[in-house]
Amino acid sequence: MSVPAPDADLGGPAQPLLAVRGLFRHFPIRGGLFNRTTATVQAVDGIDFDVVKGETLGIVGESGCGKSTTARLLVRLLDPDRGELVYDGLPVGTQDGLSLREMRRHVQMVFQDSFASLNPRLTVADSIAFGPRVHGVPAAEATARARDLLARVGLAPDAFGRRYPHELSGGQRQRVNIARALALRPRLVILDEAVSALDKSVEAQVLNLLQDLKAEFGLTYVFISHDLNVVRYISDRVLVMYLGRIVEIGPVDAIYGAPRHPYTRALLSAMPSMDPDRRTLEAPIAGDPPNPINPPPGCRFHTRCPFAADVCRTRMPELVAAPVAHGHLAACHMADPASGHPQAETAA
Amino acid sequence: MSELAGPARGYWSNVLRRLMRDRVALACILVLAVILLAAIFAPLVAPGDPFRASMLRRLRPIGTPGNLLGTDELGRDMLTRLIYGGRLSLFTGIVPVINAFAIGTFLGVFAGYSGGRANMAIMRTIDVFYAFPSVLLAIAISGALGAGIFNSIVSLTVVFVPPIARVAESVTTQVRSLDFVDAARASGAGALTIIRVHILGNVLGPVFVYATGLVSVSMILASGLSFLGLGTKPPEAEWGLMLNTLRTAIYAQPLVAALPGAMIFAVSICFNLFSDGLRQAMDVKL
Amino acid sequence: MLQYLLRRFVYAIPIALGVSVVCFALVHISPGDPLASVLPPDASLEMQQIMRQVYGFDRPLPVQFGFWLWRALAGDLGVSIATGRPVAGEVWHAFGNTFMLAALAAAFGFSAGALLGLVAGYWRGGWIDRLASTLSIAGISVPHYWLGMVLAIVFSVQLNWLPATGAGPGGSADWTWDWAHVRFLVLPALTMSVIPLGIVARSVRALVGDILSQEFVDALRAKGLPESGIFLHILKNAAPTSLAVMGLQLGYLLGGSILIETVFAWPGTGFLLGNAILQRDLPLLQGTILVLAMFFVVLNLLVDVAQTWLDPRIKRA
Repeated sequence: MSVPAPDADLGGPAQPLLAVRGLFRHFPIRGGLFNRTTATVQAVDGIDFDVVKGETLGIVGESGCGKSTTARLLVRLLDPDRGELVYDGLPVGTQDGLSLREMRRHVQMVFQDSFASLNPRLTVADSIAFGPRVHGVPAAEATARARDLLARVGLAPDAFGRRYPHELSGGQRQRVNIARALALRPRLVILDEAVSALDKSVEAQVLNLLQDLKAEFGLTYVFISHDLNVVRYISDRVLVMYLGRIVEIGPVDAIYGAPRHPYTRALLSAMPSMDPDRRTLEAPIAGDPPNPINPPPGCRFHTRCPFAADVCRTRMPELVAAPVAHGHLAACHMADPASGHPQAETAA
Repeated sequence: MSELAGPARGYWSNVLRRLMRDRVALACILVLAVILLAAIFAPLVAPGDPFRASMLRRLRPIGTPGNLLGTDELGRDMLTRLIYGGRLSLFTGIVPVINAFAIGTFLGVFAGYSGGRANMAIMRTIDVFYAFPSVLLAIAISGALGAGIFNSIVSLTVVFVPPIARVAESVTTQVRSLDFVDAARASGAGALTIIRVHILGNVLGPVFVYATGLVSVSMILASGLSFLGLGTKPPEAEWGLMLNTLRTAIYAQPLVAALPGAMIFAVSICFNLFSDGLRQAMDVKL
Repeated sequence: MLQYLLRRFVYAIPIALGVSVVCFALVHISPGDPLASVLPPDASLEMQQIMRQVYGFDRPLPVQFGFWLWRALAGDLGVSIATGRPVAGEVWHAFGNTFMLAALAAAFGFSAGALLGLVAGYWRGGWIDRLASTLSIAGISVPHYWLGMVLAIVFSVQLNWLPATGAGPGGSADWTWDWAHVRFLVLPALTMSVIPLGIVARSVRALVGDILSQEFVDALRAKGLPESGIFLHILKNAAPTSLAVMGLQLGYLLGGSILIETVFAWPGTGFLLGNAILQRDLPLLQGTILVLAMFFVVLNLLVDVAQTWLDPRIKRA
């Protein structure tokens, strides 16, 4: 039997709100004479991480690195091939764990395309009220909740409630999408490139709104973006992905201040900076990411890495903790004293 | 920011407003309404009895006193029969499309939403029926079932289910891939709720527009079946059948003989133009 | 490319099989004993026994289908109830006549439709464009059997220029390509060409409009290419899709000729079907429909192959 979802906190602040364990998701590519599977895209290829209660975890990486697939796996819009999600100590979707339906009351998502994520035939109030209605909230109460949320995301309910999505601006629509995600009173919100399509000025307003809502409702965020500046601004911790795998994870200051993985360093160096003193001289990454259909063996970054050694071409590096900084892990042979890489850090 | 923009307007009231501005579509709606109302209230509108034959008054020309549009080969009043004929012609032309709209939308939405094997099974079966030219399929099924209004409606329904199901399937597949369906799934809604609230509202419109365009074809085919002796049986008044029985009269009264076909043409072209107008008003791309 | 063609070919096999199942089912959806529908009403008991054996009506349906398909593949489509002659021969003879009619209608309808569509698409909004729109909507809305009657009234009854019915002074048996025979073809072919004319004009117009609104045309103009050169580019880009539309229309002409052939008493497959319906000659109905539908399936395949071959963008691996 699955247990009903607890509305209150279960395991205390030390227990991760969401634990991701060994998540895999490959997509088959069909073709050939009889539509057989001819190849697989290894979109997400074995990732482990925790989302700590109350934090904002940023996920960054180039397009095609598996960020969006990860987002969809976290809300179970996609089923993983392998691996599990543990929500506040309760395994999701198993016999004795949390049912998917219950989990979805607690984990919600905001999508990138503000227009495509609203039904054009419903008024925005109806779109927001839909989730609560599904979970048995009476119509009047659901509408009241929708109006309340509209006000909280900065849209006057009387002026906007009865409008249709095409009658709103992109920023207004994304506010509606945020309100819709909050309508089920979730504890965790996955923001998949939620501000990426907005103008810079609107983006800042929505980011501030997200910060306010987080404090107001005691939310936890997973914030996915390709924009390193935005991630730095909003995140407590940052996770860097490359071709379906985590290459580095750690506190935001550690990642931006002392990146340990060459890929992270290259990403950061490609980031435009206003301050000449902070411009690095490190070479930007050359070329496009390798095809995720046929990822290279060993470390996936070795084809573009200036420090690639023999070990990088043969063995896949594991996430290794930094000797000093707590909770800062990198999947690079150079970070592992025992890897045999000629430039490996020596044990402290 | 356009926070102070005008009051919200529903989608359908917008469509209606745009349609009312389209003069061609409006004229077509008017013509169709007149023909439809005349057919429904035929006993009140028609000047005579559609079945009263007269050997003395056969094949009178248009403009004969008492027979405004002349008489047919059995001396029956043409105007009366054209008005009564609209009943069966419109019925056998429109009902198959309504049937096919219901069945085809159900199949298409089901196939499009479930995807995978169910989609394969349904769409491949539909491909088989698609492999027949529509006239041929209608005649094949009607010919095998035998003459009669019911059989003609059955065969035309079979003809129109595949194209409607195809459109419904492709629109459903498009809508299903949009984020708002994912958002609905992520809020824990079941498939039936999602289809009812989020899919149908976006699929029915385009499929309906497509179906209105098929009414014109259906009218032509239904009357064509009667023309071949497969639909309505004499002495019923039906435009296709009247056209057939008057075929021998093209030497004696060519204009009278051409009248029933002109009615089919008028209704068919009005439905086509109305469908075009509706498509533009709804901004549907198919 | 080769693999795509091969896959398209493999895909056509289940369709063809499905089409034959539908044709097979025709005899079984018709009311009454299927045996009665393949035998003349005055058949002797002995004859009934023999036919029951031959058709395997006492066996399960899938076995019957197997038998039927096997005979059909060998060219045996059964025997016409009305004439007692093999269906295959009747259909073959009629198919030639229908093909002649359809080809002429296609030649006229396609060339006129393509020309109209090209001109209308090139000068959008002009009077030719409006004429083309009106013509194409009339073309797809007109009940063509009625149009046939109207043309017969005008050109045969009133003007007495062309014959209204038949296939030549001595029937279709002694067909030759002289005016005495060809004049019988003119009215049915003209009537038949109206639908493809409208549809081809409509799609060519849309295609040309799409091409003209693409940026490469602006680039060509900016490069200083004369309008005649631009017209050539349009032709080249519109050709693959237009040909696909035309190929399908040819199939519809062949399959949809029944009403027009009935009006003009043209001895083709449609006329054959009309007789089969009138006399409830189910083997003849089934055989004719099978041949026409299979032809349509093959035509579809050819259109696809031709389009792939003509359009370099289609490289569906």
